[in-house]
Amino acid sequence: MIEVVVGGLSEVAKYIIPTLLVGIPFYALAFHKVPVYEVFVEGAKDGFTIAVRIIPYLVAILVAVGMFRASGALDLLLGALAPVLDFVGFPPENLPLALMRPLSGSGSLGLLTDLVNEHGADSLTAKIGATMYGSSETTFYVLAVYFGSVGVVRSRHAVPAGLFADAVGAIAAVFFCKLLIG
Amino acid sequence: MLNYIWFGMMAIAVAAGIYNGKIDAVTEAAIDMAKISVEIAIGLIGIMALWLGIMKIAEKSGLIRIIAKLLRPITIRLFPDVPEDHPAIGSIVLNMSANILGLGNAATPLGLKAMEELQELNERKDTATNSMVMFLAINTSSVQLILPATVVALMGATASEIFITTILATSCSTIAAIAAVKFLEKRKRFAMETEGDSND
Repeated sequence: MIEVVVGGLSEVAKYIIPTLLVGIPFYALAFHKVPVYEVFVEGAKDGFTIAVRIIPYLVAILVAVGMFRASGALDLLLGALAPVLDFVGFPPENLPLALMRPLSGSGSLGLLTDLVNEHGADSLTAKIGATMYGSSETTFYVLAVYFGSVGVVRSRHAVPAGLFADAVGAIAAVFFCKLLIG
Repeated sequence: MLNYIWFGMMAIAVAAGIYNGKIDAVTEAAIDMAKISVEIAIGLIGIMALWLGIMKIAEKSGLIRIIAKLLRPITIRLFPDVPEDHPAIGSIVLNMSANILGLGNAATPLGLKAMEELQELNERKDTATNSMVMFLAINTSSVQLILPATVVALMGATASEIFITTILATSCSTIAAIAAVKFLEKRKRFAMETEGDSND
């Protein structure tokens, strides 16, 4: 039953982008006589400026995250947190991924791959990990790109709100996996 | 806030790097990531151009305004300071739709378009508005109906088992994000500064 839904959804997903790429110009051309080629090029010009504008913000965030990852600070944090989390029923194997998820997309994918290789895709540990990975985004990267693209440097409550949501997502991943699968 | 987090991350990295004997790796990571950042940004140019071009067509044909109007009952609650017929709402809705459908490549350009339009309404260009923070928080908490292709590839046949748990977990984190933003935006600590103030 779930297999059918998942299969169906990814089947539908295949057609979304081609449909948009053809459907939007079709609507514009057929109903509003928009000169689609000219307008496309006009809009596309911004692609370069925006991409270049985010470079300094990305360098700032990704360098700090990269240094943090390489230093092994995460392992020290892990050692300190493990007893507490063990006490509340949060599986320690999933903690590195939960901490890595907001920091680095490639880093957390690497950790998820390790979990799957070590415990098997069938294990609860891997399923919790995959749920965590799939249910969250790389908070610091998104922040750098989105705010950087418009030159916003004062992020106000964006970081605390984002990290709080990440924590809730990680706990929810453990809770629902244990409830529904484990 | 970001000032302390940014500095803190690097300071902890250097301290932990020395303690763990990994200071060489820390240095190497700094140099590598600086290079990778530029590669990521340059790699975005093509996809950005494609979607921004298509978006311009959608905008000129009035499609964005129609979409914005349809979802107004929801968006007015999340973004009360954005005027009803502002194009930002259309871009926000399209970005969220792309996220829900797992179209990561399309979601980023649409999101940046939305940010640009939100910035037009911003009176302090270096400071995030309530709507910008709300939009960002919803994006970072990831509303997703379709599992990322990487997860499907990794998990194989068991991917379908985590379909429901992922939707439930991501719903929880999105609700938490919205609640946290609404709660924190009223705190004095995070208030939008008036001209002249300048700390943190």
